[in-house]
Amino acid sequence: MEEVRIISPTAILGYGFPVSSFEAGLKLKPHVIAIDAGSTDAGPYYLGAGVSFTAKEAVKRDLKYILKAAYSLKIPVLIGSAGGAGAKPHLEWLLDIIDKVTDEECINFKKSIIYSDVSKKLLLKKLREGKVSATTVEPTLTEKAIAESERLVAQVGIEPFIEALNRGANLIIAGRSLDIAEFATFPIWKGFPKGLSLHLGKILECGAIASEPGSGKDCLFGIIRKDHFLVFPTNSERRCTKISIAAHSLYEKSSPSKIWVTDGYIDLSETKFEEVDDRTVKTSGSRFIPIPSSRLKVEGARFIGFRFISIAGTRDPYFISSLPKVENEVKKQIRDNFSEIEEGKDYLVRFVNYGIDGVMIGNLDKIAGEVGIIMEVVAKDKELSKTIMAFTRSTLLHIGYKGRKSTAGNLAILFSPSDFDGGKVYEFSVHHLIEVASEKEVYKIL
Amino acid sequence: MVKLKDIADIIRSKNAGPYILTFDIIFNDPSVYQKVKREKIINKKLIKKLYHISEKEILDIIYFDVALAIKFNLKRPICSGSFGDRDIYGAQQHSPLLEVDVFKKPEEVN
Repeated sequence: MEEVRIISPTAILGYGFPVSSFEAGLKLKPHVIAIDAGSTDAGPYYLGAGVSFTAKEAVKRDLKYILKAAYSLKIPVLIGSAGGAGAKPHLEWLLDIIDKVTDEECINFKKSIIYSDVSKKLLLKKLREGKVSATTVEPTLTEKAIAESERLVAQVGIEPFIEALNRGANLIIAGRSLDIAEFATFPIWKGFPKGLSLHLGKILECGAIASEPGSGKDCLFGIIRKDHFLVFPTNSERRCTKISIAAHSLYEKSSPSKIWVTDGYIDLSETKFEEVDDRTVKTSGSRFIPIPSSRLKVEGARFIGFRFISIAGTRDPYFISSLPKVENEVKKQIRDNFSEIEEGKDYLVRFVNYGIDGVMIGNLDKIAGEVGIIMEVVAKDKELSKTIMAFTRSTLLHIGYKGRKSTAGNLAILFSPSDFDGGKVYEFSVHHLIEVASEKEVYKIL
Repeated sequence: MVKLKDIADIIRSKNAGPYILTFDIIFNDPSVYQKVKREKIINKKLIKKLYHISEKEILDIIYFDVALAIKFNLKRPICSGSFGDRDIYGAQQHSPLLEVDVFKKPEEVN
């Protein structure tokens, strides 16, 4: 095999892609379709609650094109981080959609399903054996954090995907996995250099985000050869440039010259990016440096309570300049009114003032003339959360302050009903590396 | 003064995992990149001031010559999505960098 051609249809399964771009890619006869379905970007809720951040119908739409194309071209499809967070409920959610598509289209595949859930027992054992470390600046992992976790998943690397290909699978659906893995596995399996294959995977995993103008909803095409790879978008309105490819090599990673995978890292210190035409970038020189034992990143989320929010705005300059003080006074009135419960323990209250410091603390030279206020309450008990929310909103609406002229009400309340049920709230409890002799300690293939 | 937004092609922030914010400043012109690098315009003192943080929250400042890029990493004040977080994806923390003064304009020299 002289080269392997890979199409990455979109950044995340369910984000969509233009059919014309996908068809243009299919004309180039790809050997494999690879697609990432997940991320922790959307926050801890999705892992904790066991639901996807993508919509079922959107995922089904993308899969219909992908699976039909793979079936007619007789090429494999590799999907990683099923259902977003990649735990068992997410994986089963995706498998259900796949079954619907294959039934409706009367097509079939030899499926391999890779589970990458981690049991609390295994993580506890690793912790006690001293085989757990922080990836960077995480708090030290405790047995309590493990016990409180709703569910745990590990980002598996290429090992289970290789095993699935060896078993003859042509549709591989993995739970949580390294986004690079589902793209890099096929060329590595075919004997192409690991460093280049992994680096190509890093570029392809977000679809056309690595092109100009960037898009998370369009296709990117990769061709890997013995000593380099080429990347270009299949939509002629986009192009890959040295800067777009180099920039994507840095994207979402804390180190630009070392991109870590489970069993080592890609060394980019000798990497060269060249523009071979006005839409294609050639990359060479990326090397794989192995480490003695593999390390898998484990992610976990724990439940912290139920959220209610309320949205309002103001253009009153006196109110705006008094806001921080007034909001502290509202918190005090909540504590006085509900003296049998404790702020910080039974409930949390927050005000986010867009126009002042909604996006980040400090930095604004001048405060806006119109401010949006989000009131947020999180409490262990749902009824309590609703009660504190209602009290917070009505108190902020009518609270008096020094210099007040608008005594009929402080807020432009946006909706009726004014308070919204934000559902369950989670936070990350585990984001740590475990040392394993083989990834087999974690994954299961069915 | 010439500002960073006038000479950099890309100025962006994003989570690198839920505990780290990673910032990329990427240039198109190698001589401009080299000048910014040589003069250490992106330094810890500047970052501390722009982000109201202490030095120990600045994890590193890295120069990546092949991409004409400067990257720095900050410890997130609050883990992504935990109570109190304001930017789950970390994608809107770049704006203080836009207005950083980098060089004097030619007419301001002398």
